[in-house]
Amino acid sequence: MIAAIIALTALATVFGLVLGFAAVRFKVEGDPLVDQIDKILPQTQCGQCNYPGCRPYAEAIAGGDADINQCPPGGEDGVIKLAELLGREPKPLNPDNGVAKPLPTVAFIREDECIGCTLCIQACPVDAILGARQQMHTVIAEECTGCDLCVPPCPVDCIDMLPVADEVSTWRWPAPEQGQAA
Amino acid sequence: MSTAMQAQWQFPGGLHLDAHKLDAPIRDARLPTQLIVPVSQHIGQPAKVMVEIGQRVLGGQMLAAAEGYVSTPVHAATSGRVVAIEDRPVPHPSGLAATCVVIETDSLDEQVPADPADGFALDATDLRNRVRQAGVVGLGGAAFPSFIKLNPGSNVVETLVLNGAECEPYISCDQALMAAQPDAILQGARLLLHALGAQHCLFGVEDNKPEAIAALQAAADALGDERIRIVTVPTRYPQGGEKQLIQTLTGREVPSHGLPLDIGIVCHNPGTALAVWKAVMQGRALTQRVVTITGPGVAEPCNLRVHIGTPVSELLEQAGGLIDPDARLIMGGPMMGFALASAQVPIIKATNCILALRPEDLRPDTPAMPCIRCGACADVCPAGLLPQQLYWHAKAQEFDKTQDYKLFDCIECGCCAQVCPSHIPLVQYYRHAKTEIWADERARRKADVARQRHETRLARLEREEAEKKAAREAKKAALRARAEQQAAQEAQPGAAAQTDKPADDPVAAAIARAKAKGQAGKSESRPPADDESAS
Repeated sequence: MIAAIIALTALATVFGLVLGFAAVRFKVEGDPLVDQIDKILPQTQCGQCNYPGCRPYAEAIAGGDADINQCPPGGEDGVIKLAELLGREPKPLNPDNGVAKPLPTVAFIREDECIGCTLCIQACPVDAILGARQQMHTVIAEECTGCDLCVPPCPVDCIDMLPVADEVSTWRWPAPEQGQAA
Repeated sequence: MSTAMQAQWQFPGGLHLDAHKLDAPIRDARLPTQLIVPVSQHIGQPAKVMVEIGQRVLGGQMLAAAEGYVSTPVHAATSGRVVAIEDRPVPHPSGLAATCVVIETDSLDEQVPADPADGFALDATDLRNRVRQAGVVGLGGAAFPSFIKLNPGSNVVETLVLNGAECEPYISCDQALMAAQPDAILQGARLLLHALGAQHCLFGVEDNKPEAIAALQAAADALGDERIRIVTVPTRYPQGGEKQLIQTLTGREVPSHGLPLDIGIVCHNPGTALAVWKAVMQGRALTQRVVTITGPGVAEPCNLRVHIGTPVSELLEQAGGLIDPDARLIMGGPMMGFALASAQVPIIKATNCILALRPEDLRPDTPAMPCIRCGACADVCPAGLLPQQLYWHAKAQEFDKTQDYKLFDCIECGCCAQVCPSHIPLVQYYRHAKTEIWADERARRKADVARQRHETRLARLEREEAEKKAAREAKKAALRARAEQQAAQEAQPGAAAQTDKPADDPVAAAIARAKAKGQAGKSESRPPADDESAS
């Protein structure tokens, strides 16, 4: 009886120490689930999900405060990926958050009309607009996420959201139509 | 004369196809009236335009310089004036336009002075640089910059494989070139061996090209270089696939997702070997190549030595024109080529063949039927893949699963689609899946950049806020210090001023005094109150 108690206590102590050591040694910094969700989100940083950026939305999903269907730029594909990750049922995008764009877009400033107010520069979440006060501004097209956030602040409405044209290097083979000839 | 040796191994799968090969010598094409030179004729980054509109250029002059590592320059093929630098339709399955330098040629054909060198006296780095500056890319169809394939890095290259198989029906440009210039090609092979430090060279040629084999063997005998061996390989499509030919010649398989370099082999096209020889020994840029103009749709099929940038329409004229105005033009062969949207696109470095097919030559428009799991596709797949599985997953848009079935080992040879009894356009599914995966990859990279930029911006805003706050604090502290000083001065007029002043900057002290006076004038009660709260 005593021997059993001692043995079990000894075992418990050993395992406790091992587990305690492992918990300290292999501690995971940050929340891996938030990182995983953040990786699926398109990083448009548009705020259509009602959170100030993709990471806060990821944190809200991980914390159970937000649903998975609030990201229009991610589209249905994004919702499906999030559903797979979180083991939930996919659902259609919430229309309150906006609709998915059919094509990716990029901001374009009509430079003749720009008055150099810097309001769009302040709105851009990824610092993709160049310019200074009283100087014409321009968009670094490669860095633009197409979030539309620069459009409303512009006092002279000189920003267009243009669809991104296919180039030879980005063109994709279309899927064969079902029943199409070989 | 010794006879060429026979290959001992074989690759799995493959098909016997009707050759439809043309047995015609190479003819020089006429000087084109216009050159349309795309700045991106190779795999990798487009070259950067170095000429201006209105400028006169000479043959061999660089029009656009390499930008980045995986890039090569492009050159003018003949002399003329640059009339436009704009987007023009380029030969690509998309039919899209890309930046081209357009030259109205004069008939003078003036060339820049050549800069020949003795390649065997150069070290590998100089040799590579010359190959790069001459804009040499793989002429077998993929147009990968050749200088990169001459840079094995830390790998040891044992064998150079020259790919003279030319397995696709109709195409005969390599065959004609090997028959016409075997000496120069073998000299090029020796240069490649020298650049790679390789021990021997296996030159594989399909056994349906006896003239080319005889010419090469005679040239090899005359050259007397023990390292180079001409090997006859069986005629079987896709024998000319790099991995398939390596397997036939050496019995070794290139690993999945790997390069021939991983097993100590580098593979080049004979046309590339010739271009390397010209680039180094003659100092000539790659501005011409041999193109087969063939198919039942043209009147006089021929092999032409073409100035790169010549519009396809000008070459069709020299091949007797199209028999049928509705003929479909294909760049490349019937198995792996793609349809051209118009005859106005130019010949580029990668163009080996222009095939004109009449409507009746095209495969009948049979609708695709359901897959019956017959497995014929798996039997013929030369890469040993499971085409059905790839098809199911590609069709269901499950692209990660296609990668589990090694989608990227598919060489798109088209054997599976050729034998499919249900006429399923299998290769189109694989191409679709591949480009979708690449697009996803690009989107992910872009998202990573956006995330990083957003985080950097947040950090910057935070830093600016902190700096503003610090500046406010500093201002406050300065005001407080001044008030203290003033209070001290009021307490001991004269003494404090005398002792403190000399140590301080007299100008700053004067400004402080003036400000303090002004402040004291504005509100006399505040400085002491501030002082109290601070202490």
